Amino acid sequence: MPIQRRKFLAALGTGAAAGLAGCSNPLGGSSGGAEVAGETLTLTTTTSTYDTGLLDALNAPFEDMYGVTVDSVAQGTGAALETARNGNSDVIMVHARSLEDEFMRNGHGVNRRDLMFNDFVIVGPADDPAGIEGMSSAAEAFATIAESEAQFISRGDNSGTHTKELGIWSEAGVEPGGSWYQETGQGMGAVLNIANEQGGYTLADRGTYLSQQSEIDLTILVQGPIEGGPELLANPYGVLAANPERHEDANYDLAMAYIGYITSPQGQQVISDYTANGEQLFFPRALSEDPNFQQYVPEGWSADESNE
Amino acid sequence: MVAVLAALMPLADVVSTLVQAAAGPLFVEFPFERTYVLSIIYVSLYVSLSAVALSTLFSVPVALVVGFTDFPGKRLVKAAINTGMGFPSVVVGLVVLFAVSNQGPLGELNLVFTKEAMIMSQFVLATPPITGIALASVTGVQADVRDAAFALGGTRLDVALTVVKEARYGIATAVLAGFGRAISEVGSVLIVGGNIAGSDGVSKTRTLTTAVQLEARQGRYETALVLGAVLLVLVLAVNAVVVRLGDGGQMR
Repeated sequence: MPIQRRKFLAALGTGAAAGLAGCSNPLGGSSGGAEVAGETLTLTTTTSTYDTGLLDALNAPFEDMYGVTVDSVAQGTGAALETARNGNSDVIMVHARSLEDEFMRNGHGVNRRDLMFNDFVIVGPADDPAGIEGMSSAAEAFATIAESEAQFISRGDNSGTHTKELGIWSEAGVEPGGSWYQETGQGMGAVLNIANEQGGYTLADRGTYLSQQSEIDLTILVQGPIEGGPELLANPYGVLAANPERHEDANYDLAMAYIGYITSPQGQQVISDYTANGEQLFFPRALSEDPNFQQYVPEGWSADESNE
Repeated sequence: MVAVLAALMPLADVVSTLVQAAAGPLFVEFPFERTYVLSIIYVSLYVSLSAVALSTLFSVPVALVVGFTDFPGKRLVKAAINTGMGFPSVVVGLVVLFAVSNQGPLGELNLVFTKEAMIMSQFVLATPPITGIALASVTGVQADVRDAAFALGGTRLDVALTVVKEARYGIATAVLAGFGRAISEVGSVLIVGGNIAGSDGVSKTRTLTTAVQLEARQGRYETALVLGAVLLVLVLAVNAVVVRLGDGGQMR
């Protein structure tokens, strides 16, 4: 018995050592030197930038340039901003200007830049039961869907796409609800699949739709502005840093280096060169010869109301 | 523990090769880079095995104490253990996230979106089933075994070890149940880990379950199923190793 006890204790000790080895890692990691190399930048972003594969293409050169690691957490716009509000993110890349503005007005974010854009499209079954094909107004198309009570699948997840969808409903003067309107709480890819299964309509960002086009029967019924559709369906992406005064753990220097890189001619080139299935998914928008002051401040803000 | 982990790494390699070979003709082409799948398997095993090892070190002594002593509130403790088996993993994930968040009580440690945070949440998830099943199996050990150990002059620790030895199959089942709970859950690791993989395709906090979730989110159900099959093979392999270890102990 004593021999077995010794063995048992040895096993116990080995297990404890293994456990402690795992636990002590982060402590060692956080007390690094003053150099940037080896640091980690936490980026919270939307599912569309990650799922299309753009982020990997965009981050690899940045990581090589600075010798750092970018941890990309793909969450959807609402969740990405909430994570940053809780101090767990350094830089945020999202696509819902109203939510970004609220985030900045609350003092959580600084140095917002326009980054890139693509557009939304209204997709649905090819036989188009509500008859919205080719409409030039997104609001009119939504009103028609509501009137004919055709199936509509909503993201329902406080994402950038969901925010845009709600904006279009309010533009159409419709309070969506009833058995024809389904809130799924799922990502874009899953929602496209559900709409496909149920023969319903949905609002999709063009990038995710294109990357899934071959697997589903849905077709584009109302185009976005890239193909000459209404401006209401524009999908602009912005990037902003967590306010280091509010969130003292935020890696502000590296966040600004990242914003600097992706809004540089080099970073913008990566965005415009990125294609999936032979189509360009995102269009750079950070650089312009003319001043664009509105990108730095909440929409509609002007210096006259600076005492707000 | 370290030995087990070291033994599993080549095993994981073999597993992924096998799955790669089997899945290739069955589905489409195997859609992932080798390093991507291997790093995901590594993260899954590292997180779940660490969590289960820590849970076991905590649970077995607790089961022995609860099983063989009488104290006020014992039924309450048992009820708490049994309730814990039903903790929804997303809720555990949220609670751990609040704890490790930079504004939370453990914010100083910068644990959010790390493997260590994932180990914490899986520890919380795996401990109730391990404690509960270990408790049932140690209380099932005949009282005369304990009496004999005492009568032979054993200390309390000797008696406890005798009981653990007698109940080893039940405890092995407990550990496997805890491991099954840990490696198959997706809710908490997704929230506290963030499902992060680097731009070079090496997983940082992406496990097999969150990788399946990522594929399903994008509507790529076939590739999601391939990863699900890898997970299944992995659980099977770990079960085989544990059962093998148990038999070896019996023969000695």
